[in-house]
Amino acid sequence: MGEHMTRSIIRTALGAAAFATALGGIAAPAFAQRDPAYAAARAAGQVGEKMDGYLGIVGAETAELRRIVNDINIKRRAVYAERAQANNATLEEYALTAGCQAILATSPGEKYQAPDGTWQTRTSAAPMRDSRCP
Amino acid sequence: MIRAYLTDPSPLATSKLMQMTGATIGRRLLAIAAVPLALGGCITVEAPTEPIVIELNVNIRQEVIYRLAEDAGDTIENNADIF
Repeated sequence: MGEHMTRSIIRTALGAAAFATALGGIAAPAFAQRDPAYAAARAAGQVGEKMDGYLGIVGAETAELRRIVNDINIKRRAVYAERAQANNATLEEYALTAGCQAILATSPGEKYQAPDGTWQTRTSAAPMRDSRCP
Repeated sequence: MIRAYLTDPSPLATSKLMQMTGATIGRRLLAIAAVPLALGGCITVEAPTEPIVIELNVNIRQEVIYRLAEDAGDTIENNADIF
């Protein structure tokens, strides 16, 4: 086997690895989906979107629901904090704005918190939101 | 013959109550009166009949929310796993 061929093979392998890395890098966010347990709790109306931008437990609290909600909310808070800083806003301001958007983004059947604090089931109609929501 | 006094002399202060000054008695009475009042405060707590409207961060102005709205929408899209 000649040196040229060896180099060619190495080059091809390196190229393939680079391509795979690039593909993975691009594909990763697109594949970032809800954890199955979270998706199930959401669909079942056990958790809902609160006005303050965080997830809440709608009915009876269980240890599993608390774990799911805490996990999501800790991650949300980290994202809010970073984006708030980037936008010269406070964490609460950014979280409240995200709450407006998250409630708007709920699908029919999912739960959200109305301005009076009650849990509502999203219908095809527009959700009841804070008067300041865009 | 019965000797009538112009003013009835006070009997001797033989009991604790009689020896107390007016101020002391007043304080005691106040303390006693406060007991049912305090108990009453504990009992008469009622749930409001009207739904509680959550005044959430009333200091956050609408213009701030409008300014952040687009970025927040992108954030939700880019973090679909936690929204």
